Amino acid sequence: MTTANNNNGSHGKGRLLIVDDELSVRDSLGKWFIEEGYEVFTAENASDALTRMAERRYDLALLDIKMRGTDGIELQHRLHDIDPEMITVMMTGYASVETAVAALKNGAYDYVTKPLDPEDVSHLVRNAIAHRRARMENLRLRTTMDEVVRPPDLIGGSAAMQKLRDAIETVAPTDATVLITGESGTGKELIARSIHALSPRRYHPLVAIHCGALTETLLESELFGHEKGAFTGAQFRKLGKFELAEGGTVFLDEIGDISLKTQTDLLRVLQEREITRVGGNQAIRVDFRCVAATNKPLEALIEEGKFRPDLYYRLNVFRVELPPLRDRRDDIPALVDHFIRKYSLAMNKRITRVAPSAMTRLQQHDWPGNVRELENAVERAMVVAQEPELREPDFSLDLAATANGAAGSRSLDDVERAHILRVLEECGGNQTRAAEVLGVDRVTLHNKLKRYGWTRPAAVGAGQK
Amino acid sequence: MKRIALLPVGDFDRRLARRLCSPLAAEFAADCHLLPQSLDPQPMFHPERAQYHSSEMLAGLQPFAGPDNWRVVGLAAVDLYIPILTFVFGEAQMGGPCAVVSTHRLRQECYGMPTDPELLFVRALKEAVHEIGHTLSLTHCDDYECAMASSHSVEWIDLKGPSLCAHCRSVAKPEAVTTR
Repeated sequence: MTTANNNNGSHGKGRLLIVDDELSVRDSLGKWFIEEGYEVFTAENASDALTRMAERRYDLALLDIKMRGTDGIELQHRLHDIDPEMITVMMTGYASVETAVAALKNGAYDYVTKPLDPEDVSHLVRNAIAHRRARMENLRLRTTMDEVVRPPDLIGGSAAMQKLRDAIETVAPTDATVLITGESGTGKELIARSIHALSPRRYHPLVAIHCGALTETLLESELFGHEKGAFTGAQFRKLGKFELAEGGTVFLDEIGDISLKTQTDLLRVLQEREITRVGGNQAIRVDFRCVAATNKPLEALIEEGKFRPDLYYRLNVFRVELPPLRDRRDDIPALVDHFIRKYSLAMNKRITRVAPSAMTRLQQHDWPGNVRELENAVERAMVVAQEPELREPDFSLDLAATANGAAGSRSLDDVERAHILRVLEECGGNQTRAAEVLGVDRVTLHNKLKRYGWTRPAAVGAGQK
Repeated sequence: MKRIALLPVGDFDRRLARRLCSPLAAEFAADCHLLPQSLDPQPMFHPERAQYHSSEMLAGLQPFAGPDNWRVVGLAAVDLYIPILTFVFGEAQMGGPCAVVSTHRLRQECYGMPTDPELLFVRALKEAVHEIGHTLSLTHCDDYECAMASSHSVEWIDLKGPSLCAHCRSVAKPEAVTTR
């Protein structure tokens, strides 16, 4: 049947398939749509339409409902099977609610009655094609996003890591709140990002906040936002993390460090899914998934009255425990290899491996700062290395912190404290430098030193109780 | 010089037809004149629709096209339709020599408004340019001020101008339109 095509290059408006058993309808409507700038193909029956469908893809099909043989409703069904993205608009000379409902239930975009109103049908087709293109673009963007938001690689083949991967795969697709526990530097944020990237919320934001780094008032303002004039300096309304994460995931790191007042507010958000901005009085609905993390034993904090048990139960719906690196030493070669590749690119250095003796030392080390410390050690070694192979002297490892070293039967806390204080001493009491060397953030180091009763560099010796 | 022939359909107002000659000639760099004959619309009347079939009317214009007449534009005062649509303001042969324009729905009286001959002239001119544009293989233009803009109601016709935009001029054959 007719294959009509305009010739001024504007058929970017869309490609239409008109199916009607009346020649006059096919001709007049086809011609009219060509004038509108569409590329138009016509078919006189279902079989003809299916042949046309096999030849090329269409943006939209206008189908007559009443046709000899296979009717428009049945044809719509078949066309949908061939191309579910193509939009179908049903036409009929016999307007009835039944046929309209049947057509729409079948997946038709809309339904028009003959004779068609030129303005209505023109708008309908234009809008339907715009709708289809937006949907297709959305699909393409989602495919691209899937590449971009791929879950980060979790390095290591140990049983502990396999268990961790299984846990993530189990919980990620659900909307359950997750509590990630583990020592500092074990990769809690990485796990939070993996959970988000594998969840149905992955196309929405992941908003992370480090609760321990902020004062109580600042944290409240960050979490819940504030209204203009809520406090001195609040010149504009600011959206909080829960609002910014709309539809996505909020990652609350160092949850064990928040005050009881903020815990109460947080509990309300988790229970009611509503926030009130600081200085505001209007409850705002928020849609988010909560992933929290801590390196502190929350159960002990509850015993001490420093953490609300009801908040704990809200957070501890699904728990992911990250093993310290010393409990998965088998993963150290893979991790080292990963970091070497990462920093070789960044530093433009051709370092490809670690000498076996150095690797043995790395595997013997206790890594109190965990993977973060290991990464820093590799990075530092790569800076100083002169050969394409990293050797033992390139790593400045502390013998006291090795599994076979002088740690003896001291507790882990004692070993950690001794190591931290020694590093701090080597750094002349400079906490920022010491934190870098230890591979922890400055706030974590500060909190630990506070716990040890450490005061100033001049009094380091006295502070080591 | 190429020639546009205007052919009244039935008792179309010849004064209005004559007024269209000069602006159409200027727009398409052609000679434009009003034919002395007129086309009888009765054979194209369809009582079941109480309207005139525009495609049949186009066929009726065909004998007037030829070496003498580069384009033939039928001017009708009756209500036109094509089978699938409730009405059309006009119809043209894409890339062919004939076009027809109806003033029936261009009249203010059609919408319960007082007669406005000047507005009717401007609308008729825009539609004539539009349909001749189709005979030059032009499709609808996204520029709402261009005469080739899609317009299925008088409000949209009133928005657009009586001339082709620069893009449509460049797409149409160079000899078909005046250069500006």
